[in-house]
Amino acid sequence: MGKAKNWWVHVLLVIASIIAVGPVVWILSTSFKTEQEIFAGSTDINFIPNEFTTSNYEHVLTANNGMFLTWLTNSVIIAVLTTILGVFLSATAAYALSRFKFIGKNMVNYSFLLTQMFPGSLLVIPLYKIVDSMGLLNSYLGLILAYSTVAVPFCVMMLKNFFDTIPYELEEAARVDGLSPFGTFWRIVLPLALPGLAITAFFSFITAWNEFLIALTFMTTESMYTLPIGLQQFVNQFRTDWHYMSAGAIIVTLPILIVFLLAQRFLISGLTSGGTKG
Amino acid sequence: MNRNHTWIAYMFLAPVIIVMALLVFYPLIQGVMYSFTDMGQYNMGSKFAPPTWEFIGFKNYTDLFASIAAPESVFRDVLIQTMIWTFVNVFFHFVIGLGLALLLNREIKGRGIYRMLLMVPWAVPSFVSAFSWTWMYNEKYGLLNLLLTKLSLPTIPWLGDSFWAMTSVIIVNVWVGVPFMMVTLLGGMQSIPTSLYEAAKVDGASAFQQFWNITLPLLRPVAATATMLGVIWTFNMFNIIYLVTRGGPVRSTEILVTYAYREAFQNWNFGVASTYGVVILSFLVVFSIFHSKMTKANSNEGVYY
Repeated sequence: MGKAKNWWVHVLLVIASIIAVGPVVWILSTSFKTEQEIFAGSTDINFIPNEFTTSNYEHVLTANNGMFLTWLTNSVIIAVLTTILGVFLSATAAYALSRFKFIGKNMVNYSFLLTQMFPGSLLVIPLYKIVDSMGLLNSYLGLILAYSTVAVPFCVMMLKNFFDTIPYELEEAARVDGLSPFGTFWRIVLPLALPGLAITAFFSFITAWNEFLIALTFMTTESMYTLPIGLQQFVNQFRTDWHYMSAGAIIVTLPILIVFLLAQRFLISGLTSGGTKG
Repeated sequence: MNRNHTWIAYMFLAPVIIVMALLVFYPLIQGVMYSFTDMGQYNMGSKFAPPTWEFIGFKNYTDLFASIAAPESVFRDVLIQTMIWTFVNVFFHFVIGLGLALLLNREIKGRGIYRMLLMVPWAVPSFVSAFSWTWMYNEKYGLLNLLLTKLSLPTIPWLGDSFWAMTSVIIVNVWVGVPFMMVTLLGGMQSIPTSLYEAAKVDGASAFQQFWNITLPLLRPVAATATMLGVIWTFNMFNIIYLVTRGGPVRSTEILVTYAYREAFQNWNFGVASTYGVVILSFLVVFSIFHSKMTKANSNEGVYY
């Protein structure tokens, strides 16, 4: 391909990249602006603030008696525990689906796809009653259990493809050496599937970090809110506080964005093998 | 392999089956059951009062479908909006995703950086995306109207008018959904053996012929899976609509899932809301069966290797 012919490819990709990143850059810019600058009513578009300030961040972190930090803690605990449970559940299930033939295998396979079709609204009502009757409303455990069920089906499908690429001979050798099936799984298969497990972990974490509908229904005490719900309170309380919301949104987005950009190679290879083999 | 070790397989599956049965399949059956009741806030039962809801057979369903023919029908409006929402979104996800994947599949400088930037919308939490776009849509101070003013164009009532509100939420969801489609299709393209393209070049095939006769047919299985997931996810997309427009103005951006949520947790009609849920699930099951039949019937032409 001639180099000179490629300029239009770059033009298109640059435009697309600006559209992809623009909204995030715009709230980043808003988060460092003063209220006066945002609502000045001028038609100037400044991506670099005229007057650089960190007061929006200070306000978000200290407002409501530092409730934001409570929500942040809730979100981190719930997301980390969801990740651990999600990886455990999907790794065991994916291994069974990848390595064994058993009665009902097709049914299990199809039911994972089926769960993707359940509208949250259909599940949330009975789920609310079940979790309520178990006394798990406004508790971490209730959300963690619910979130793992949301994340697991996709993770199982992805991990199964990963396990499929691991040569079976390794496990046979381990079995001959006297390892139990569970020992083989733990010591041989899991270490080899680390990239796949990383994707699963990442996906579970994101699911829990971003989820909105279930948290909105389950967590009714302000001190138990997760960040998505907590930030929403900000909007309702002060309709037009875009500068505070922007600062809050950046604090929530930045950690996940950094991890995502670091992990994107893994993600692509995982999705690719999932896409072609699935 | 391991035909005799069925019990081991079940041991490995046990944790997932227990959790899913308790928190997915049991609630699902209950949800289906509720759709045949008149359950609401006052008869659902609590610590203080025993439940007094009753089974009312297919009444919720007959009411719902009878309303389609009525002169004013919320269900019909919402159903049409859901169809538009799903079709337009998945169409643009696919077209833009395919276009970008084709561009990224070329050997160009900075490919890794472009790919990383283009994946950003995927990494941003959906409630942050919703907030960020709502801010840009702000009629007075939002970025988009500022830009339009700069260009001496009339400003747009992004979220204030029913047509523009639907357009606006669709734009947000297209922005959110393109990266997944792009990455999946790119993965599919990269798994096509380069020898096919080399052979085509030897035969004198143009770039368009290569795309039409090699890339597209071989991409079909990946594209089929990705569009099916795309339709399912878009049909059930709650966050974006709920957070950007709350279904407004005057229900004009309400789709089945958001309306079902409103029925349940604002109007407290659990029975009716569950009926919506069953209708949604049935649509998607029928669609996925139809879709997989279609793609299976067509896939034979695509097999070259």
